[in-house]
Amino acid sequence: MVVEHSGADAAPDSAFLEEVMGATAVPSRLDHCIQCGTCGGSCPSGPEMDHTPRQLFALIRAGRRDAVLSSNAPWMCVSCYYCVVRCPQAIQITDVMYALKTMATRAHAAGDRTASDFSRLFIWNVEHFGRSYEVGLVGPHYLRHHLGRLPGVAPMGIGLLAKGRIPLAPARIKGLAGLHAILARAAELEAAR
Amino acid sequence: MTRYLYYPGCSMDASARAYQESLAAIAPVLGLDLAELDDWNCCGATEYFGLSRTPAYALVGRNLAIAADQADGTRTLVAPCSACFLNLARTDHAMAESPVLRRDVNASLEVGGFHYDPGAITVRHLLEVIMNEVGLARVSGAVSRPLTGLRVAPYLGCMVPRPDYASLWIRHEQPRDLDRLLATLGADVVDYPLTTECCGGHMAQISTELGFGLIRRLIVAAEARGADLMVAVCPMCQMNIDAFQGEMNRHFRTSHHMPILFFTQLMGLAFGQEPTRLGIGRELVDASRALARVGIEVPPPSEDELKAAQREEAHRRKQALPMPHLDDAPGAERQEVRR
Repeated sequence: MVVEHSGADAAPDSAFLEEVMGATAVPSRLDHCIQCGTCGGSCPSGPEMDHTPRQLFALIRAGRRDAVLSSNAPWMCVSCYYCVVRCPQAIQITDVMYALKTMATRAHAAGDRTASDFSRLFIWNVEHFGRSYEVGLVGPHYLRHHLGRLPGVAPMGIGLLAKGRIPLAPARIKGLAGLHAILARAAELEAAR
Repeated sequence: MTRYLYYPGCSMDASARAYQESLAAIAPVLGLDLAELDDWNCCGATEYFGLSRTPAYALVGRNLAIAADQADGTRTLVAPCSACFLNLARTDHAMAESPVLRRDVNASLEVGGFHYDPGAITVRHLLEVIMNEVGLARVSGAVSRPLTGLRVAPYLGCMVPRPDYASLWIRHEQPRDLDRLLATLGADVVDYPLTTECCGGHMAQISTELGFGLIRRLIVAAEARGADLMVAVCPMCQMNIDAFQGEMNRHFRTSHHMPILFFTQLMGLAFGQEPTRLGIGRELVDASRALARVGIEVPPPSEDELKAAQREEAHRRKQALPMPHLDDAPGAERQEVRR
């Protein structure tokens, strides 16, 4: 990773740090990071990340919005919470990663869209049926992002069908209209924050 | 019988049917009266929190509100899925911590006629309830066919012991609860150092290198310690190790064969229950050879069962299938579903 120096007299841009801190649901304590690197060392995805969490947090403090929002790091986070229970500063790292995903999606900054498309498709099904729906998720996702994997994944799909583990039709909740109203109101309130 | 509110989660009717079937079989033995939430919805898994904050919490909040409405003699909500458990606990915690979130989630829920006050419901994972409420003494008393000689790798995964908002777990990295439960069933529990490592969650669907790498690591470690099979407490973990094992083998040109069953299935076996009633045989990586080592025979499905399954599938195929269209941006106008 190359960190460009903006010059000794340039004040760090704290606005971006504040923006990220304002985007989590609970206080993240991100400004308490001491750059110890426990997070990156604990992370099962660390080797696949453009930046380890520690590097990402340094970039946030430096106001490097573009580098942060286009990093694949939040999308590689598997929400295992190892870093969270090990962080000596009790920073809610997983929540920060979720917030960065949201910010990157809104800014259309994410490079590889495999993970963000998967999330959107998953939630598309949930919003329409009230339940997750594997056929409606996995089918379109593999066609769009993993065509090359179809020969490898087909035996799994057939196996799961044969074992009665994939319902072909989606399960629907009764209160779907109410759920739609709840989520629409929540989206309005989120936009107003 | 002790009454608990029960949130199954979507997987229990689908990929984790064996978990549901085995839980239904052992619940009466353990004195668990599980009252399913009425018209519950998906918890959003790990997908919604990264898309939009308030809707993600409102989605889970609806389930908590239903639980609070249905609380009758109990306010404990049990979830068998680690991700569902965490999302319910996480939402309760976040609504308690953040007044703004609490206000916005409730303003959203009110549109649908719901309301939730954080703290009204206590969220617990099934394993933890069995360990701390049912207790090993009762489990031990129900064992009629000890799993002596079956070498099992206890795989707990991430989201039960971490982040542990309610401080229920003394050790977040090497908890031994699942080990102790399996030992009570008579199984030979191998020392499995990766017990709380991640299965990759949805990563098998995103990045093969990362997702399959995590799956392989877990399987190799279990093999290295001579495990006959792994034991899961979460539908997602089971799905990753079991269903993706074939494609993982193909990807790395390996030939691992590591079955993984749910802990409830092993409990049922130890209680002397029939394997088919416990959903054994639904796994893609066949566990029957491992079970045969301890004298448990898994009958192959009968002709009638196969025919019934085919009929059911043909019937389902006739039903119209709405195929979702992926929007380019959240909130963008949606196209009509196509048949």
